[in-house]
Amino acid sequence: MLYSVEHTTKYQYHEQVSLCHNIAVLAPRNTDKQTCRAFNIIISPLPEVLEEHTDFFGNKVYYFVIEQEHEELTVTVKSQVEKINGHDLKVNHPGQSWEIVKQMLLNSTGEFMAEKQFTHPTQITAATAEIKKYAELSFPPGKSLFEAVYNLIKRIHSDFKFTPGFTTVSTPLSVVMKERKGVCQDFAHFAISCIHSIGLPARYVSGYLETLAPAGKEKLAGVDASHAWISVFIPGMGWVDFDPTNNQLANEQYITIGWGRDYFDIIPLKGVIMSSSSHELKVSVDVRRLEE
Amino acid sequence: MPDQPAIHSLLQQYIPALSSYNELFSDGNNIRPDWQTFFSSLHQLGYKELRNRNVDILRLLKENGVAYNIYNDPSGQTRPWELDPIPQLITAHEWEIINAGLIQRAELFDLLLKDIYGPQTLIKNGIVPQELIYLHPGFLRSCVNIKLPGTQHLVLYAADMARGIDGRLWIISDRTQAPSGSGYALENRFAMSSVLPDLFSNLNVKRLSPYFDSLQQALTNIAPRNSDNPRVVVLTPGPDNETYFEHSYLAAYLGLTLVQGNDLMVKDNYVWLKTIDALEKVDVILRRLDDVYCDPLELKSDSLLGIPGLVQVVRKGNVAIANPLGSSIVESAGLVPFLPAVAKHFFGTDLIMPTIATWWCGQPKEMNYVIANLKTLVVRKIFRNIAGTRSAIDGASLSAAEAEELIRQIKANPYLYVGQEKINFSSTPSWLDEKIVAGHSLFRSFLVSHNNSYIAMPGGLTRTNTGANSFIISNQLGGISKDTWVLSADDEQEQPVSLQLTTDNLQHKILKRSLPSHTAENLFWVGRYTERVIYNARLQRTVMQRLLQNNKTFVTDDESTEAVLLQTLTQCTYTFPGFFEDSTSAKREELYAKPWTELTDVLYNEKRNGSLSHNLLLLKNAVYSVRNFWALDTWRVLRQMEDEWNSAKSDMYADHLRMIGGIDSLNTSMFAFLGMNRESVRREQGWNIMDLGRKLEQSLYIITLLRSVFQKKQEEQTEHELLESVMIAGQSLITYRYTYRDHLQLPMALELLMLDTNYPKSLAYLVKKIKRYISLLPKEGKEIPLSNKQRNIHEADTLLKLADVVALTKFDPVSKEYTALTDFLDKLYSLIADTSMLISKTYFKHSQTQKQLFTANFI
Repeated sequence: MLYSVEHTTKYQYHEQVSLCHNIAVLAPRNTDKQTCRAFNIIISPLPEVLEEHTDFFGNKVYYFVIEQEHEELTVTVKSQVEKINGHDLKVNHPGQSWEIVKQMLLNSTGEFMAEKQFTHPTQITAATAEIKKYAELSFPPGKSLFEAVYNLIKRIHSDFKFTPGFTTVSTPLSVVMKERKGVCQDFAHFAISCIHSIGLPARYVSGYLETLAPAGKEKLAGVDASHAWISVFIPGMGWVDFDPTNNQLANEQYITIGWGRDYFDIIPLKGVIMSSSSHELKVSVDVRRLEE
Repeated sequence: MPDQPAIHSLLQQYIPALSSYNELFSDGNNIRPDWQTFFSSLHQLGYKELRNRNVDILRLLKENGVAYNIYNDPSGQTRPWELDPIPQLITAHEWEIINAGLIQRAELFDLLLKDIYGPQTLIKNGIVPQELIYLHPGFLRSCVNIKLPGTQHLVLYAADMARGIDGRLWIISDRTQAPSGSGYALENRFAMSSVLPDLFSNLNVKRLSPYFDSLQQALTNIAPRNSDNPRVVVLTPGPDNETYFEHSYLAAYLGLTLVQGNDLMVKDNYVWLKTIDALEKVDVILRRLDDVYCDPLELKSDSLLGIPGLVQVVRKGNVAIANPLGSSIVESAGLVPFLPAVAKHFFGTDLIMPTIATWWCGQPKEMNYVIANLKTLVVRKIFRNIAGTRSAIDGASLSAAEAEELIRQIKANPYLYVGQEKINFSSTPSWLDEKIVAGHSLFRSFLVSHNNSYIAMPGGLTRTNTGANSFIISNQLGGISKDTWVLSADDEQEQPVSLQLTTDNLQHKILKRSLPSHTAENLFWVGRYTERVIYNARLQRTVMQRLLQNNKTFVTDDESTEAVLLQTLTQCTYTFPGFFEDSTSAKREELYAKPWTELTDVLYNEKRNGSLSHNLLLLKNAVYSVRNFWALDTWRVLRQMEDEWNSAKSDMYADHLRMIGGIDSLNTSMFAFLGMNRESVRREQGWNIMDLGRKLEQSLYIITLLRSVFQKKQEEQTEHELLESVMIAGQSLITYRYTYRDHLQLPMALELLMLDTNYPKSLAYLVKKIKRYISLLPKEGKEIPLSNKQRNIHEADTLLKLADVVALTKFDPVSKEYTALTDFLDKLYSLIADTSMLISKTYFKHSQTQKQLFTANFI
């Protein structure tokens, strides 16, 4: 399946901004489940500096600077991503119990560095006692890691209400836990926090999810959005992507940009402007199937 | 050489702590040889003389402005630096070992740093636990795999050491972030060698200057380009930082530009210094700002002290930073238990210097040990908190509840804690309350990269504590410093430290000095506050004298000279409502019946905007913010002024004449300050900006004064008294009498104060000067069309040239108001005030705020 993604972010400032430094992490990575066939970033006004490098987690990062006065900044990325089959996990065997995986990582010294780094909380994913208590219900003794995580995201999906606008990027998890409300990013952080509290590795995945128009209707342009979900390291299966927002394993409709420990490691677009001006933000995302 | 009994008599109060190493006596009553030599010299000098010299030292340090800021002190007070006249001695033989040990340790940390930010073989091979690095807030992921210039990545290293019970120096902690103290060490040596040269006489004390020469060399060596003549800046968090004195001191000593984050900007993949002329490329940054604060784009996003985009410039290899971003990771106390294995891995040898035993709680066994032995250990976090908070906790000092809380915190985040053994610090002779007693000391030595290895400062900064044998000695929490004498076997005499380096690259020094716009702004305000203080002080004195003269404590009549003057005082100091109070007539009556209460407040209440004390504080802050602009003598004057004003303040309720006396001496000091600057500041951009500030303030003040006093025609007697007061406040009475040889009349007074182009205090003269200074500013075209600033000041100049004092002094026959004069002054005021604002906008643009952009739109 070949997808095209068009993602536009537009800032409108209330006064002239003379200098702005930005970082965009918007280019889909190649994984064993997808290949990025084409990627293009269009910035207006034309940036004086545009550089790319790979970050600590292997994501492709664009750094750009606009050094002329401007009142509007538009960043459009267009990518084509081919999804590779292999999403249908053969979960015939229950897999190792979570305790065994936990112990294996604990005992390791250097060999699981890449996985172990996702075992520990960050400022945003640090678990409270309540979060740990919530998590433990999904991790009874002897349960396979895969089933435990699946159970966890199922519970999150049913216990938490998807409520756009209730949280911001800096809302702490304790509030999300108490109010049981949030968006995909909060649910991803919450799930990661739960898994960390047990002592297991989970990472935050940034990307897109194709949405389908209601039957018989034409899909509207720009109605898609950035999405976030989690990935859990399961020996024998590798990193398995779970979506707590939609209570499912990530399937062909999930397009990955990249990952980090939490949102702050992989902010799609961030910047610093030299101005005290307030601004307005408009985002539109379009995910379309080019061929089956 | 005096016999031991004579020396022993000096040491009667020296009672070493039990179970501590005795630095002074080898056993029983035998003084160690070097101390014997030292105390012989001291004996020769005499106890009484030492007392005098100690006072001299403290005065010298105070006058040189050596200070240490204390965080969380609302008044922004600086603490004078304290120096013990008795040094710390390190023998030649001992230094050999320490020197080798420190160099080995610096090399080890350099390799560690390169490995952590590169291949991470230490983690891969299980020598260093991954959690220790990955969970440390100082491990900066955005700095991993960046190629850095220079063979050594770690440019600067410092170690804190203390003598244990075995007499050896043990490493207590390491500093790799932005080690502070080398400037204080230099200043200590400077003070000791100037005040107590006699004590150096029979000991060969190693010189400190080779370290600073190497530092300068090391900074040049890492420059990515322009390697002959790189532009090196010292990046400071600003005057509020605890060691700001040192930042400016080092910058001055090394001939570097002192900057704050907002003096720099990133553009076109380079770092630039914003000066009032143009942008200038920066090659090397000597960083005294903690690394996470250095770039709000890629590091700590809410930092306002950094430079957005800096990490990217480092990534491109276009700027070098000492120490590199991310360097704080290797000073982690958690690494200490692993260092022997790391040394084995890299060198195949053991560490030369012993380190105090440390248990990292990230390992279950070690954590349990620390918790079980909390009472006998010191617990610290593996990273240093924001300055000012305690980083080390003595387990023995905790109550049961506190200990329980600490244990809970350790269990929640075991990776972040270590337990360390407490060592009994050695006892060493210290000067306290004019006696020689036993104290405990902590010694910091400094290293800098040099010829593919490191060079250590032979000496350093010793801090002592004469209280309990405490593990924790910190400048933040108090403590006195000592000069540290590393003795040499060779005949190498200490030479007085000069304030200029004697390196041969003189060219380096002649580099064009451009004025950072931040410095320019502070100089501008130094100028403005100087005049604000002087003019306010004079007006306040004049009004107070007038009240005293008339011996009237009741000011009843609103039209009286006193009432007009009191209101003028409120107007000129901008301390409303002040004498304009009219909320209730009772309050107003009370105010005018007892005007001294308000007058005293406007004089001394530091917290009140517009008060003389408040303006003095603003002046002090502005002066301090550009501290390497001033000559040493300038500090002497400022210190003296501060002392005198403080003592005047303590007399504030004594009597009114004494208050006036306090103002008089303040004014004298202010003129000494001005005179000192006139003598010692080069006539460059900096001077122009400062003098421009002065002239603008003076002009605005005169306008406000005249506008406030001469609003309406008063009775002859009153008008005469007012005129006289204005002339006294402006120190113009004598000039008037000399010029006009007549009694005071408004038209002539106005001519002198406003229109006389030969009188330096007149508006016409000041405006002419302002016009000239503006034409000298960079970016200021001398042709038509004029800039707005030029246009304004030209207009003011023309207005003054065309003014007719007779017409201006006409008053409305009915209302008696001087309408023409008021309108004229209002017009002038807005022209000059706008000029000042336009100058700020054009040249001090750095004050632009920065703002974060985030995206947020999720499903």
